[in-house]
Amino acid sequence: MAASAPASGLPQAMIETATPAGAWVVVLPVVLALLGAAVLLMLRHRRGLPLPAALLVLAAIVACEIALLIEVIAVGPVSMTMGNWLPPFGISLTVDVFGAAFALAAAVVTLLVLLYAEIDRSEADEGDAFHALVLLLLAGVTGAFLTGDLFNLYVWFEVTLIASFGLLVQGARPVQLDAAVKYGFLNFLATTLFLLALGLLHGLLGTLNMADIMRVAPAADMAAMGGIAALLLLAFGMKAAAFPLNAWLPAAYHTPPAAVSALFAGLLTKVGAYALLRTLAAVLPGSRDLLEPALVTVAIGTLLLAPLGAIAETNLRRASGFLVIGGIGTILAGLALPGREAVAGAGFYIFHAILTMTALYLVVGLVEKRTGATDSRQMGGLYAASAPLSMLFFLLILATAGVPPFLGFWPKLLLLEAGLGAGVTAAEVSWAAIGLVLALLANAVLTLIAGTRLWAHVFWRSGPEGEASEHEARALVPLARRGRLAFGASAVLALAILAAGLWPNPLMEGALTAAADLVDPARYVAAVGLAGGAP
Amino acid sequence: MDFVLAALVGLFIATGVYLLLSRSVIRMLIGMTVFGNGVNLLIFTAGRVTQELAPIVPPGLEAPAGPIANPLPQALILTAIVIGFSMFSFLLVLAFRAYQSLDADNTDTMRLAEPERSPQPPLSY
Repeated sequence: MAASAPASGLPQAMIETATPAGAWVVVLPVVLALLGAAVLLMLRHRRGLPLPAALLVLAAIVACEIALLIEVIAVGPVSMTMGNWLPPFGISLTVDVFGAAFALAAAVVTLLVLLYAEIDRSEADEGDAFHALVLLLLAGVTGAFLTGDLFNLYVWFEVTLIASFGLLVQGARPVQLDAAVKYGFLNFLATTLFLLALGLLHGLLGTLNMADIMRVAPAADMAAMGGIAALLLLAFGMKAAAFPLNAWLPAAYHTPPAAVSALFAGLLTKVGAYALLRTLAAVLPGSRDLLEPALVTVAIGTLLLAPLGAIAETNLRRASGFLVIGGIGTILAGLALPGREAVAGAGFYIFHAILTMTALYLVVGLVEKRTGATDSRQMGGLYAASAPLSMLFFLLILATAGVPPFLGFWPKLLLLEAGLGAGVTAAEVSWAAIGLVLALLANAVLTLIAGTRLWAHVFWRSGPEGEASEHEARALVPLARRGRLAFGASAVLALAILAAGLWPNPLMEGALTAAADLVDPARYVAAVGLAGGAP
Repeated sequence: MDFVLAALVGLFIATGVYLLLSRSVIRMLIGMTVFGNGVNLLIFTAGRVTQELAPIVPPGLEAPAGPIANPLPQALILTAIVIGFSMFSFLLVLAFRAYQSLDADNTDTMRLAEPERSPQPPLSY
């Protein structure tokens, strides 16, 4: 980047050296996903070709992201700026450990979901753009995880949104159209609100590069920045389905095929939660402190109401939707608590939620396939028919509730430590932190109640509601060859979650390192190449 | 000039929110468009409205001679207009399809995904 200074004595504005080949891993995952989507759109009428092609592209993306993650862990945040302009003029993609880890998790679950999706696809579905839309969705999600520019983040949100519209209405059953109207309007409104906040931020600071905002934001007017941060909280809270803006999620996520729901549950709300974490904890930490009471309220509300909704719900996938919202509450609790451990817990929980929520929806889809019903009142006796399925479901419920030693426990442990540290052992007792700790514990218990009740109804009792208990278990739909593939994909993901829960140390340490970079952005700003560092 | 534009932004957004609060899907769509245009106007206004020169560096110079207009809001708005228009078109077609298959353009009567009288949760266990 160090070229000779221009004759006018102005600061350097252009990058004049070529980017080294190794640095391309920063942008390759997004480029591959977008190119793959375009190519698959052209190939969609070739029979049998789209799936292998999509798997190939995804394998390449996973390989790139593993390389990226290794590099980020070794050298800290890396950045690449587009179009030869130096930051803050060019759009930067800046990746730290969190971004790279989430992008990798997203690509891995997408790979498994594509294998799983074959269960719902038949000859009649040949020629629809399913695989292209999935790759487009992944491009949007990956872009949002990797970007270092707020306007670019807005664009990735819209890419994700339009791809998810396409996936949600594919098949065009009336119930899907109904869900898409609600999902579509509320999510479009949320991204427009995000744009509104961006317009104000640009007017105030004159920059939208995250690292540049970190440098100049502390000098800006506190009140105006607080208003912008509140708008961002509203917009991303809506995207993440945080209480009280959560109504669209259980109304929409149960209508598309199981594979699509699983993808949505794993990726979409997590992007909103990640954007909250990135903007409030890293980019505008001053405004986060200002908004702390609001964050605490939203987090406690989400933590308590989501599992209650899951207990009250009889539709299996709608109940799972409420469990997704409960996970968002946990992430918000990490944002509402001060300190590095809290941020680490929130980030770790996002990673856990991407994997676990996808797996939960995949298993729920298999349950629906085998019983031929969507309502837990019409299910029962599945344990006798398929013990492995029941064990997978139970494992994922325990992981979601955060029972040790499963994966969900470790981020919650970090959050509880942070909460107790801020609430009890600190010099001044903080009631907000104590409330959050109690809400986290209550959420775990309620989630466990909701999940085990579902398990008892679907698997443990001998038959559907009203049937005498001594009856033979009803004949269940057997899984065909594609069904076994789907079961294999779910089992692989569930076993990965189990293994990560049993050996959490690398993830724990990774989350703490990543949180250190988020709380103290000096390395992040330096990676973008902006001098001065953060104050 | 800035104050007039700012007031206009407020008017646009208020109208948009009012229309979005309606139950009719078509009104909500119009509200969404008005809201989106209000936001575009806001970006334009927040980029400072001036009567400076176009941001073009004259030939032979390294930097523009005098003050120039801010070119970035135009780029941001252009992106936002394109995205907003594509979303609007999608939602318009979606509203039409929903009207055809659900026979409803009132969101209160769209209850397929969320049944109106949802059953009591089972009391066993």
